[in-house]
Amino acid sequence: MAMIEIINVHKGFGSHAVLRGVNLIVEKGESMTVIGGSGSGKSVLLKNIIGLLTPDKGRVIIDGQVLNDLDEFGLNEIRKKFGMLFQMAALFDSLTVWENVGFGLKQHTKMSDKEIRSVATEKLALVGLKDVEDKMPSELSGGMRKRVGLARAIAMNAEIILYDEPTTGLDPITADSINDLIVDLRKKLGVTSVAITHDMQSAYKISDRIAMLYKGEIQEIGTPDQIRSTTNPIVRQFITGSAVGPITAD
Amino acid sequence: MESAAGSPGFINNILETLGRKTLGFFTEVGSVLIFFGQTLRWTFSSPFYFRNLFGQMEQIGVNSVPVVMTTALSTGMVLALQSYTGFKRFGAETLIGTVVSLSMTRELGPVLTGLMVAGRAGASMAAELGTMRVTEQIDALSTLATNPIKYLVVPRFVASTIMMFFLTVLGMIIGIIGGYFVGVKVLGTNPVTYINNSIDFAEVTDIWYGLIKALVFGAVIGLIGCYKGFNTEGGAEGVGKATTGAVVVSCMLILILDYFLSALLW
Repeated sequence: MAMIEIINVHKGFGSHAVLRGVNLIVEKGESMTVIGGSGSGKSVLLKNIIGLLTPDKGRVIIDGQVLNDLDEFGLNEIRKKFGMLFQMAALFDSLTVWENVGFGLKQHTKMSDKEIRSVATEKLALVGLKDVEDKMPSELSGGMRKRVGLARAIAMNAEIILYDEPTTGLDPITADSINDLIVDLRKKLGVTSVAITHDMQSAYKISDRIAMLYKGEIQEIGTPDQIRSTTNPIVRQFITGSAVGPITAD
Repeated sequence: MESAAGSPGFINNILETLGRKTLGFFTEVGSVLIFFGQTLRWTFSSPFYFRNLFGQMEQIGVNSVPVVMTTALSTGMVLALQSYTGFKRFGAETLIGTVVSLSMTRELGPVLTGLMVAGRAGASMAAELGTMRVTEQIDALSTLATNPIKYLVVPRFVASTIMMFFLTVLGMIIGIIGGYFVGVKVLGTNPVTYINNSIDFAEVTDIWYGLIKALVFGAVIGLIGCYKGFNTEGGAEGVGKATTGAVVVSCMLILILDYFLSALLW
């Protein structure tokens, strides 16, 4: 059963077309990773999935509901199904760690601060953090910030988690621990995930399927093994990280 | 041979640039008005973030008290000193109180307070929201099903409008006290005459006119500060531009609106 359906989505800014008819289906419980170079439209695609951007043409369907047809209220209801981990974590720097993690609960439930703090502590433990509840985001390392961002993403028991470059800016060991955490959380929570990344090691590790986005179109979709053995020259060049081939550096 | 300045290409370029700038200006005005409409819409609908509102009232209002007091005191004192110099030439020194109180209530109180608050709180709003924009914190709010205009803009807009009212009252009082101090204690004007002239020639409407201006200026500072911050693009440079833009546009609007409000409320 499809959880996310992206049908012929076009999106541009001014005269610059970023997405040029993207089609992608993510099944319930599946982990899909969209790979692609800088400027290929990955972030724009992710923002279309959660309704931060609206397609110029085409439709995004989440759990059977067409995002394009929803008003502000409907969109917010759909967004409660989502959790999103931002590239730089996007923690609210005026709030403590537990207030960040419990932000959604504070806004959308009648739970007391004590209950919210307790849920935050539980979610922080799930991402491997303890005794950080009262710290401010500025006191945390890059890896810890990502973990807190992930705890915030799962605090409302999201059905879909979106990851925007989850390993960017981290050292290889921390990056791999984040990959492990993503795999682990998926096993424990059974959520549908969509990640965008250009880190192939991460993509192979966390994905059921990988889709390559190039110049606003999906070039190829397949399992990590299928992508590894692809004959598509564009995908081949990207996954091997070669400067020689049809993709040219900016 | 035709000069470059007179060539059709040159004229086309000028017209194109002019057209682009005009279009850009009206697009920006339209965007501000849409933003204002959204802010008003969310101001009057639940949920209400009182904690954010009180926090902003402290940030914009209470923390601006020292700068507003200093400006008002200095202005009141200088006003008394300068008008004494002029009035003495035709023996009207006793009218210093009238000049100071009318100027402070109708004009200088709201305008100077507005300019000071725009420089301090308007800049701070733009920088804070601008940083939140470029670090994706505003997007994060949306993904957490929380309307960022409701959560971030409305408290700042309302706090700015309310606190400008009270800061202006404070500015008026401090300015008049400064004028009294210089007029009576330094220049030796009769205190009873000074106070009588201040009261006799002033009307309650003078104070209200000043306070209506204060409310409008407060709304402008909140709106422009938030608009510039909310629409920040790029990194640190973008935040810098948004902050400068917020102060410049707010100050310009305060000065322009001051004339129209003065003409309207005359």
